[in-house]
Amino acid sequence: MAIFNLKINGKKHQIDVDNSTPLLWVLRDHLGLVGTKYGCGIAQCGACTVHLNNKAIRSCIVPISSIGDQSVVTIEGLSEDGNHPVQKAWLEHDVAQCGYCQTGQIMNASAFLKENPNPNDEEIEGAMNGNICRCGTYTRIKSAIKTAAENS
Amino acid sequence: MTLLKTQYGRRSFLKTTAVAGGGMMLGFSWLTGCQTRPIKEVMEMPKEWFEINSYLKIGENGVATIISPNPEFGQNVRTSMPMLIAEELDLDWEKVLVEQAPYHPSNFGMQFTGGSRGIMSRWEPLRMVGASARQMLMAAAAQTWNVSIQEITTEKGILYHESTGLSAEYGEMASIAAEMPVPEEVVLKDVNEFNLIGTSQKNVDGPKIVTGQPMFGLDYKKEGMKIAMIEHPPAFGMTLKSFDASEVKKMPGIKDVVLIKSYKDGFEKGGFDTNAFPEVVAIVGNSTWEVMQAKNKLKVEWKQFDTYSEITKGFRGNTSSKTVPSGLESTTEHKLQIDLLASKPGRIVRKDGNPEANFKSASKIIERSYSAPFLAHNCMEPINSFAHFNGDNVHLATPLQIPAFIIPTLAASLEIPEENIHMDITRMGGGFGRKAYASYVVEAALISKKVNEPIKLIYSREDDMTNGIYRPMYQATYRAAINDKNELIAFHVKAGGIPESPLFANRFPAGAIDNYLAEDWSINSNISIGAFRAPRSNFMAGAEQSFLDEVAEELGKDPIQFRLDLLKKAEENPVGKRNDYDAKRYAGVLDLVREKSNWNEDNSNLKRGVSAYFCHSTYAAHVLDVEIENGNPVVQKVSCAIDCGIVVNPDAAKNMAEGAIIDGIGNAMFGEMTFKNGTPEKNNFHDYRMIRMSEAPKEIDVHFVKNEINPTGMGEPPFPPIFGALANAMYKANGERYYEQPFLKNREIKG
Repeated sequence: MAIFNLKINGKKHQIDVDNSTPLLWVLRDHLGLVGTKYGCGIAQCGACTVHLNNKAIRSCIVPISSIGDQSVVTIEGLSEDGNHPVQKAWLEHDVAQCGYCQTGQIMNASAFLKENPNPNDEEIEGAMNGNICRCGTYTRIKSAIKTAAENS
Repeated sequence: MTLLKTQYGRRSFLKTTAVAGGGMMLGFSWLTGCQTRPIKEVMEMPKEWFEINSYLKIGENGVATIISPNPEFGQNVRTSMPMLIAEELDLDWEKVLVEQAPYHPSNFGMQFTGGSRGIMSRWEPLRMVGASARQMLMAAAAQTWNVSIQEITTEKGILYHESTGLSAEYGEMASIAAEMPVPEEVVLKDVNEFNLIGTSQKNVDGPKIVTGQPMFGLDYKKEGMKIAMIEHPPAFGMTLKSFDASEVKKMPGIKDVVLIKSYKDGFEKGGFDTNAFPEVVAIVGNSTWEVMQAKNKLKVEWKQFDTYSEITKGFRGNTSSKTVPSGLESTTEHKLQIDLLASKPGRIVRKDGNPEANFKSASKIIERSYSAPFLAHNCMEPINSFAHFNGDNVHLATPLQIPAFIIPTLAASLEIPEENIHMDITRMGGGFGRKAYASYVVEAALISKKVNEPIKLIYSREDDMTNGIYRPMYQATYRAAINDKNELIAFHVKAGGIPESPLFANRFPAGAIDNYLAEDWSINSNISIGAFRAPRSNFMAGAEQSFLDEVAEELGKDPIQFRLDLLKKAEENPVGKRNDYDAKRYAGVLDLVREKSNWNEDNSNLKRGVSAYFCHSTYAAHVLDVEIENGNPVVQKVSCAIDCGIVVNPDAAKNMAEGAIIDGIGNAMFGEMTFKNGTPEKNNFHDYRMIRMSEAPKEIDVHFVKNEINPTGMGEPPFPPIFGALANAMYKANGERYYEQPFLKNREIKG
């Protein structure tokens, strides 16, 4: 066990965990930030996507010991009250079915739009291919990303 | 107007229910946190709630809380079911909050998600809930104003008395209405009087979903709760021999390692108690990661089991014996077994006319065989359940489809009365049939009982994918006899699988062909199977609709016109009396998809396939356009026509159709679980291929047949026919027929 000082959603946290613990389980089990989902544990589904220094990463394979003082943003910290353009576009297009993968989709999409504010369809597909949705909401995710791009 | 007695579900109208007041589960703040706010407005919360019935509370300021009874797994019943109540109650939808009901069948009826039956089964009962509440509010106003109830009208949460000009918001009358007797009979609206039903309303849970608030079973947390994981046998055909937990118990954060035996000896299983691994080892610890580490280190020995029988109870109380064969099965061997059975005569299930003679006299016979593998459900939320066994009762918070089916099992395994089982139903991160088989709740409860702590059981993705309840492996051979006048004179289907046959002997084209034969067969297995989105239909539709495409081509007919001609015969002069479809409605979706896809215009540049199917009381037809790009099939567009009767929430229904189409294309192209010596050969998403965004159709265009027929389901029906539409379109694109799923396995796509 070791003490880690983390900066998550702009707040400082101190936690005592084994240094191999993935960020995902620190968020979920130790900090109660359960918006970040467990889907596969091997970076294949994207449900656990968070931002590390503004880049989308799969928190299920990132050990807590590698975070250091980098800033972590989870879905809970993406916006004050759900008003990020991507979140608003998700509601406008009524994207979700079961909703389980959607926080990961939103975190991936929001990081992607920061890098590429006006993506074409192919670029959206390339960026989002790592996020699985078993319910099959892909067409609406794509539309929502386009709407968010227009409104950002 | 429809006058209805309220006896049906009358117990549900009891006003003094604990649940309506948030009473029964009030101790668990997590549940009250499941209340959902509509999107558009931030409402002032009422100071006081008045319980009108078990489904409804109205605040003094007119805000209403509707308790949604059924489990939600993405079909959006938490929006559409409250809409049914709000419609008859003339509520202002902007002032409605939705809460999830806990499991409480005497208040909420059959709380069931499966078989696309939710809206269908709740259509009248929930409207009656709303209509009787409205009547009680009107009675309150009539008494207060001293006028006749007949003269009172309602609109958007306001009561009016025209001649005196009096009006009041529902909130003002709620306290008096709560004391009014439940009406003996109520009047339901006619279809043309609907204001809310038939309008698109956004998912009431949308704001919580996009902000990541806790809703799912996996998100459930209770003070002092431990995490539990299980180790199940690595192969079907195996069971526990022994385990050594001495090292693991010393690992950090680990509290206990216990043996869990899910069923008492001699327990008669119900139909949804399927569980290939009734004995598992459970590891309990402080955090998920610590338990995962311990699980990797746990020493367990497994052994093969001998063939055994188990007694299962049917729904009507009948019992039957089922043999579970010993052995470690492999896919290669399964294929050989299937080839052998498929080559022999099957069990005749239906026979019309004289198929044998007609096949003998045919000038041409077309014979084609289709197959599909086992499939894993792969819900994005892995299996989990919270359980807190406390002396003589248990509290559960669980993502599951059919609570009622697991309650008797829980009572027997925990040795407590059923009424001591309290269950919160969490949102499910997908279900697709998998979460109808809730043996994991039994495991969770037994673990809690053994370690005497509240625990949350979590399956790893690997545990989830290798635990069974798969879609069975299927095979079907179709034959069509054509005479020298180029007419289809006989039809033969023989279908089987491991461990069940997918045959529906009385479905189309039965009833449309004079000489018809349907046979089935099956091969027993110890690999556990279960319902998977549109069971059996999810294979038969693709096989049948691909075959009909080949027959139409052979006859030189347009594939839609060919189907319509058969349906015309089935409508006007049906063969046999037990045909499980309405030929006119079936033809209706084909007509609509033909029109909406511009099928009859010059489409020589499009590579398109058609397919239609009827299952779960709803009709669906698809036209799919595909292009082969760089060796990959790219679905350009799917045009879809559905007849599910009245569409309660059109955008939500459209979402269901889109999801079914994408899920179906994914499973058709990639879905497959294989076995070697009993071991599932895929255990996570690196080797189990799921459809990704770039492989989804570029456009989906959904249309509904407009009619006033009571609504039927949307969860399953659009799924099965897409397999056939894809296969038929791929044929147009590259001249190859697709007989074996997954279509893209080890196969270079010509284009």
